[in-house]
Amino acid sequence: MWTWFYRLASPPYVYRSAAALTPWFMTVAAIAIVCGLVGGLGWAPPDYQQGDAFRIIYVHVPSAYMSLFCYTTMAVAGAIGLIWRIKMAYALAAATAPVGASFTVLALITGSLWGKPMWGTYWAWDPRLTSELILLFLYAGVMSLRPAFEDPARGDRAAALLAIVGVVNVPIIHYSVLWWNSLHQGATIAKIGKPSMPASMLWPLLMMLLGFMCFYGAVVCMRLRGEVLNRERQSAWVREAIKS
Amino acid sequence: MDSAPQGLTVEKIHVWRGDRHVLKGVSLALCPGELLQVAGPNGTGKTTLLRVACGLLRPEQGRVTWCGRPISGIRPQYQSALVYAAHEPALKGDLTPLENLRYLVGLKRSVTTAELEAALERTGVAACAQLPVRVLSAGQRRRVALARVLAMRSGLWMLDEPFTNLDASGSALVTDLLREHVSATGMALVVAHHDIALSGRLRRLELQ
Amino acid sequence: MSAAELAGGPEVSAMRAMALVVRRELRLSFRRPEQVLQPLVFFLIVTTLFPLGLSLQLSLLRDMAPGVLWVAALLSSLLSLDSLFKSDADDGTLDQLALSGQSLTAIVIAKTAAHWLVSGAALVLVSPLVGIALGIPVAIFPTMLGSLALGTLSLSWLGAIGAGLTVGVKRGNVLVSLIVLPLAMPLLIFGAGATDRAASGISSAGALYLLGSLCVFTCTLAPFATAAALRITLE
Repeated sequence: MWTWFYRLASPPYVYRSAAALTPWFMTVAAIAIVCGLVGGLGWAPPDYQQGDAFRIIYVHVPSAYMSLFCYTTMAVAGAIGLIWRIKMAYALAAATAPVGASFTVLALITGSLWGKPMWGTYWAWDPRLTSELILLFLYAGVMSLRPAFEDPARGDRAAALLAIVGVVNVPIIHYSVLWWNSLHQGATIAKIGKPSMPASMLWPLLMMLLGFMCFYGAVVCMRLRGEVLNRERQSAWVREAIKS
Repeated sequence: MDSAPQGLTVEKIHVWRGDRHVLKGVSLALCPGELLQVAGPNGTGKTTLLRVACGLLRPEQGRVTWCGRPISGIRPQYQSALVYAAHEPALKGDLTPLENLRYLVGLKRSVTTAELEAALERTGVAACAQLPVRVLSAGQRRRVALARVLAMRSGLWMLDEPFTNLDASGSALVTDLLREHVSATGMALVVAHHDIALSGRLRRLELQ
Repeated sequence: MSAAELAGGPEVSAMRAMALVVRRELRLSFRRPEQVLQPLVFFLIVTTLFPLGLSLQLSLLRDMAPGVLWVAALLSSLLSLDSLFKSDADDGTLDQLALSGQSLTAIVIAKTAAHWLVSGAALVLVSPLVGIALGIPVAIFPTMLGSLALGTLSLSWLGAIGAGLTVGVKRGNVLVSLIVLPLAMPLLIFGAGATDRAASGISSAGALYLLGSLCVFTCTLAPFATAAALRITLE
């Protein structure tokens, strides 16, 4: 079992596996997203409270979920890198960071677009959106820390530590923002409520989630290959791979 | 006498700094009563080697052992047994030499003011003991750093360029201190450009 | 003395070593009083900015006062973080602390505690002046002081992580703020919330308890993270 783990640590293996996995991830992602969009935009009945406006959850909820998933992945990869000193783990963390940040931005934009029909304004310091915003700042911190060091190995380790500290804080931040919001928002402000979810609404959401997950898989594999090439550019196998 | 291995060994360590392969499979062994001088051109990783030997830097490959045990397992004991004098004298400009020594040495062992003053006396800066370090010259600061090495009473000395900023009498002082230390079965790993005038127990390691 | 025996670690206990570090830090701070005073003056200046930029109406000011006080405290604490590890890293003392045989975590706790005494605690002492200037009713000063004390303490521990991570970075000032501020937002929420609730006459006990538990959480975990960050710097 551990041989599998240690093979994951080998750069040429990661490079080849990522190349092999990318088309699979892309195909599943494409199919799932198309099904999800068709189901969500076409099939699912309009919500009796929010009309057709609620359909943005088919992009908003998966993006928000992925933004958290990516941050956690980044933190776990960083922890693996720090504990077992596996360089490929740092490569995964570096590959994931911008993708996660993009999902966060997407969640914020779609959340804001949803806010317009809901609250009449693009931004109202809703607790969930505020938490997403703070998550974006956390991403910004990790992404700024890594290149700040002259020695990239040191940058990797520092960014990994920061990601771990951040991930511990994410639930704290979320609950504190919820508390703050309950304190300051009156009962009159409508929140982005989860519409009651019959099955016809739910399965497109799950399809979109699957699609986003596979899309993340595909993009991260592609980015990972780039990271591996960059980090191992001095080694012989990279020179061979580039020549061929 | 027991047959337990004594002293420091460094086994085939590799260190990369960014893209540079700074230390390529360097090994050394140091026994009580020995002085090892690490020499070589600039940029060959002499300071890096010293920092790996102290345990501040973890090598990508290879290991360091002390009394036969890898230092990763016995870090507090190992680090209590050594004293490291880096390029920078590690002195706070706003404190006096006496205060600096009291804080640095006091973390490792209980030390009296008399012992610290004796150490400063030995290295020739007793007169400056009550002045803030920022008014001392570079040579005087180096001597205060040497006093710290003396006051620590450690068996293993790791000195990085101890002759920097010292005049002829200062260099002679360093050589004398090394000779006394090694005669008392101490060990020393010294990075130095010029040759240390110690016959007999001196060995050299050239880094390329 | 015999050189190569496997000795049993430092002869000085962790508590004595920590006391030594605290004494050293306090002595250094008192020899450079301007480094202690500058963040305090910054605190006063920032709180002045808000009435100047917003409104002179005392009632409006009073509503915003807890938030303004807290944001100013946060920003000035960040300023003073720079001095936590930088000078030690520059002159090589950090190496010596790491090699002292003492646990680096214990040393970090001592340094951060001493740092709080000259930055956060000083801020808490000055805050009544600011409270009066912003129109916070004197009756709720105990809540305000309590929340600031807990908050600045937590911020010192949290900021130490940021300071430890950015020690080796040139001009890491802005980077430290970028790293620490998002993590400090819960502190701001609970701290300002406690003062705000007290000002509105509602019980602030809940908020203070939450702030207190955050403080305990940070104080217990942050030193380990900071020590790990420093070891990364040393490599």
